[in-house]
Amino acid sequence: MNSTIKYFTDIFKGVLSLWAGMRVTGKYFISPGEIVTEQYPENRATLKMTGRFKGEVIMPHDENNQHKCTGCGICELNCPNGSIEIITKKVPNEEGKMIRAIDKHIYHLSMCTFCELCIKTCPFDAITWGQDFEHAVFDRAKLTKVLNKPGSSLKKKEVKS
Amino acid sequence: MSEETVEKKIILKEEDDYIVNMGPQHPSTHGVLRLEVCLSGETVNYMIPHIGYIHRGIEKMAESDTYKQVIHLTDRMDYLSSHINNEAVCLAVEEALGVEVPERVQYIRAILDELTRIASHNLWWSAFGMDLGALTTFFYGMRDREKILSIFEESFGSRLLHSFNTPGGLLHDVHPDFRKHTLEYVKYFRKKLPDYKNLLTDNVIFHNRTIGIGVMDKKMAINYGVTGPSGRGSGFSCDIRKAAPYGIYDKVKFKEILYHEGDSFARYKVRMDEMVESLNILEQLVDNMPEEGGFTAKMKPVIKLPEGEYYQRVETARGELGVYIVSKGAKYPYRIKFRSPNFSNLFVLNTLSKGGIIADLVAICGSLDLVIPDIDR
Repeated sequence: MNSTIKYFTDIFKGVLSLWAGMRVTGKYFISPGEIVTEQYPENRATLKMTGRFKGEVIMPHDENNQHKCTGCGICELNCPNGSIEIITKKVPNEEGKMIRAIDKHIYHLSMCTFCELCIKTCPFDAITWGQDFEHAVFDRAKLTKVLNKPGSSLKKKEVKS
Repeated sequence: MSEETVEKKIILKEEDDYIVNMGPQHPSTHGVLRLEVCLSGETVNYMIPHIGYIHRGIEKMAESDTYKQVIHLTDRMDYLSSHINNEAVCLAVEEALGVEVPERVQYIRAILDELTRIASHNLWWSAFGMDLGALTTFFYGMRDREKILSIFEESFGSRLLHSFNTPGGLLHDVHPDFRKHTLEYVKYFRKKLPDYKNLLTDNVIFHNRTIGIGVMDKKMAINYGVTGPSGRGSGFSCDIRKAAPYGIYDKVKFKEILYHEGDSFARYKVRMDEMVESLNILEQLVDNMPEEGGFTAKMKPVIKLPEGEYYQRVETARGELGVYIVSKGAKYPYRIKFRSPNFSNLFVLNTLSKGGIIADLVAICGSLDLVIPDIDR
C-alpha cells in the first residue's frame, strides 16, 4: 500500500517540478523583457567597443604623419612571444648628427597574446590598443603589419615650460 | 627465464567487453580529454584518462620568461578562473620580495576573484545542465554570465583571458563605473537565482540523474587530493580562503559551504551555494572598497627574486592552485611548478564511475567540473 502511495506522490511531485521549470521558460516566452541577443553583422554601424578593448596594437599618427616611436626596442624586449620586431635606421638630425630612428615597427598579430606588456612598458606612449576586432583574413601573412606609416617621422618633444 | 616463473596477467578485458574512446572530441568532456572506457554492456568496468592533447609546456616556457611575462601564461591554464591564477603568481612574487600591496588593490583583487568564481560556476551550471540533456540552462546561464564579462571588458579590455594582475598590483586602475556596475550585477543576479532553482535544482529528472551517482566519501576525497567544490561536496573542508587566508579574505565574513553526501548532487549544491556566498562577499567588499590608494605598489622595473623557494596557494573556482617558485637570484625563475586542481580531481573519476553506466560517467565528469588545459598545462 505504502509503495502505491509513494508511486503516485512521486508522479505528482515530478509533474509539479516540471511545471515549475516550464513556467520559467513560459514567462520569458511571453514577456522576454530585456532582449540580450545582438544581431551582429547588421548592427555593425552602431556597435561600439569599450575604450579599453584589446583589439590590436596600433601606433597613433597625428595629422602631420608623425608618431612618438623612437625605436628604443623596449616593447620588443618585453614581448613574451616575439610578436614585435623593431628595425631601426640612422637618420641625420637638425645638427647633422646621425641618430637612431625607427625604420619598421613590425607587429605579428597572429602571435600576439594580448598581455599588454608592450603598451604598458612603452616609455613614450607610442603604441596603444586599436578598437578593431574583425581580424579574420584568408592569408596568414596579412596579419603581419607594419605599424608606422610610410614616410612618417618622429614627433618633436614639446618643451615643457 | 626459468620455467618456475609464473606469468602473471592482469585481465583488463573479458571477451564480451568492448573498449570505447570517449573523446578527444566528445562534447561532454569540455575539451580534448580522451577517456578510454571499458564497457560490458552499458556498465563501466574501468576508465583510463589519456591526457596531454593540449600540453603546451607552460612550466618550461615560464623558465625563460621574466616574472611579469609569466602572468600571461597562467591565464591559459584554467581559463575560467584566469584572474585567480594570475593572483597566485603575483602573491608568490610579492611575498618573496616582501612588497606590501595597497589595501585598495587587495579589495579589487578579491572582488574580481569572486566575480570570476561566479562567472565560472555560472558557465559550469549551464554546461552541466546541457550534459544531462537540459539545453535550456545553457542559454539562461550564458545570459547572466555575459553581465560579468561586460564588467571585465569595461575594466580591462578582455573578457576571458585578462592578464590584469602584475607583481605589485594591477596593470591599470579599474573603470570609474566598476563599483556601480558590480552592485547592479549583484542585484540582478539575486533576482535570477530562483529561476535557476526552478529550472534545474528542483527538477525531478535532474534528481534522478545525480542523486546517489558517483558517491565519493571524505576519505577518498582526501586520499585523491580532490579540492574545491568537488571535495567540499564530500565534507572535506579545504577552502584556502578560510584555511590560509590571502589578500583581504581574513577581513571578510563568509561561511564555507560543506555537504556530506558526496554524490553528484552534493557537488552541484556546493557550487550553487557558493555563488550566493560569493554575492555576499561582493556586497561586503564593494561597500568598503577604498577610493584612494593607487592601484600598484612601487616596484623595480626588473624584478629579481632573492635566492630561495616560495610557495603560494589560492582557491580557484575548481580547487586549490599552488604555485611553487625556485629562484636562483636571476630575473627568470629557475623552476615554476603549478599544482593544478583539475589534475588531482580528474584521477578520482575512474573510482567514481566504476560499476555505473556510461550515462553516469557523463554526469560525474560534469559534476567534477574539469577544465582540460589546466590538467595538461
